[in-house]
Amino acid sequence: MLLAFGAIRSHGLRSLLTVLGVCIGVSAVILLTSLGNSARSYVTGEFSELGTNMIIVLPGRNETTGGIPPIMGETPRDLTVDDALALGRSRRITAIAPLMIGSAPVSAGGLEREVNVIGTTEGMQTVRHLQLASGNFLSPSDPHIAAPVCVLGETLRKELFGTAKSLGEWLRIGDRRCRIIGVLAASGVSIGTDLDDMVIVPVATAQMLFNSSSLFRILLQVGTHSMPDDTEREIRRIIQDRHEGEDDITIIHQDSVVATFDEILLVLTVGIGSIAGISLAVAGILIMNIMLVSVSQRTSEIGLLRAIGAPAGQIRKLFLAEAVLLSLIGTLSGLLIGFLGAVLMHRLYPVLPLAVPTWAVLAAAGTAMLTGLVFGALPAIRAARLNPVAALSRR
Amino acid sequence: MISLRKISRHYQQGGQQLAALQDIDLEIGPGEYISIMGPSGSGKSTLLNQIALLDRPTSGTYLLHGRDVTGLPDDEQARIRRENMGFVFQFFHLIPRLSAAENIEIPLVLSGVDSVLRKQQVAKAMLSFGLQDRSTHRPDQLSGGECQRVAIARATIMHPGTLLADEPTGNLDQATGKQVIDLLEQLNRQGVTLIMVTHDPAIGERASRRVKIVDGRISSDA
Repeated sequence: MLLAFGAIRSHGLRSLLTVLGVCIGVSAVILLTSLGNSARSYVTGEFSELGTNMIIVLPGRNETTGGIPPIMGETPRDLTVDDALALGRSRRITAIAPLMIGSAPVSAGGLEREVNVIGTTEGMQTVRHLQLASGNFLSPSDPHIAAPVCVLGETLRKELFGTAKSLGEWLRIGDRRCRIIGVLAASGVSIGTDLDDMVIVPVATAQMLFNSSSLFRILLQVGTHSMPDDTEREIRRIIQDRHEGEDDITIIHQDSVVATFDEILLVLTVGIGSIAGISLAVAGILIMNIMLVSVSQRTSEIGLLRAIGAPAGQIRKLFLAEAVLLSLIGTLSGLLIGFLGAVLMHRLYPVLPLAVPTWAVLAAAGTAMLTGLVFGALPAIRAARLNPVAALSRR
Repeated sequence: MISLRKISRHYQQGGQQLAALQDIDLEIGPGEYISIMGPSGSGKSTLLNQIALLDRPTSGTYLLHGRDVTGLPDDEQARIRRENMGFVFQFFHLIPRLSAAENIEIPLVLSGVDSVLRKQQVAKAMLSFGLQDRSTHRPDQLSGGECQRVAIARATIMHPGTLLADEPTGNLDQATGKQVIDLLEQLNRQGVTLIMVTHDPAIGERASRRVKIVDGRISSDA
């Protein structure tokens, strides 16, 4: 050990370069995998913001497998508020939110703008985990009654009212007038829909506004204990009963979408991590190179050690220790740099959660140490095989 | 103690058998002072390597303390070297990046002596060889004579029964060479067997027993 330390110290620059090689390899693995992992937790986080245990029911049997949607032949029945209410009676389903989306000019005071209008029921708050900044959400009542009330998104509130009071004021939506009963807390964009830039009205009010009775989709929240397959079968059965035996809806499981994304991104992360791992193998070859040079430079030292009674095994251990020590220093500094880099990345892009995967740390450190050991083995064996007489006579 | 019986060593060179040693018979008792002399290429270093167990003979038997050590495995021979023999070389063979004290310490490290005990023994050795203020110096900061004293300290730290010196003065000036020889002879008087290879007759003649080698054979032994 003493000798190994001494050897590394006395060849400062050469050892530094080797250490640097390992260090870059390890930190690259850490950085890239944590980047991938951050992206993964970002995406899954975004999805769960949409609501966990959520099932989306769409009208029509448009499979999401691509291909051309059926234009002729199949005429999907519309989903109606009554369909939604029927689903809501199932014991497996804890909350429902029928959804209508359209856009209409919205005005207050002298300001007017085209805004997305969502027609739904009080169930929406549960399903989408909506938070209110002030006032109340839509109250539970008969969804067929078109109450003239609305809930405003934060962005829209700012644009229409600025610092003025908005709660209790009248808002003109299309040709109707609604009282503002609540303002949503700012939540940011989540998967394409900016809830901050919307106005939410009771579903019957939306039906009047858009002169239509068909729903855009129905959002369902299911109990955590429900089996997804059973739930899906039950949904299909209920709708089928109401649609004269036609199975004409598409069901999307939020969780399965999340799981798929999760899997794809995990594979991607492992992939880029492995690519970074190649640089570790390169670093290993660098270690071997350095150690071979070291062996041939220290031939007479090896000869001396053999002469004064060091068994071959001890010489082998000495050089192995040196290689492992080099890769250990490299690994530790690489881990440090990797973590610092991850923290820096988090500072620069706060959206991405800071997540250095444990498996990546273990894999990187393990690979680095292993390459040190494997690539250190050949020079060490060569050193141990040197003939002491020949080694000593080399001057 | 050391007993060589019909030791031969042949080398293969360009498809030709080269006999470096031929049928050497040599008995060395404990506490003897022997010089091995001969012109260069006569085989005296080869003989020393045989005695030192650094090389294996082509044929013949080597008995050490009555035990046949000829065919022992490498690691066993290494252990014998560590415990029974000290080496002094022409070029000192100190490890350049270690201090004088650390160089002396190596054999103790190799045999697994506890670190506190090691420090004590090294300090004692440095004192008895007059190197006490040189302990942290590295070999390139030491004079040739000091280097050789460090090497002798290293050779004797394990208290070996035999000291093997290969041209110990070959790389030193006359005065320092004389000091080194005095030191070695002093150790011999304390009971260590001293075997010295040299081509310098002035040094070789000092030994109580002089072995001359010519063409791989002992030509005189007196």
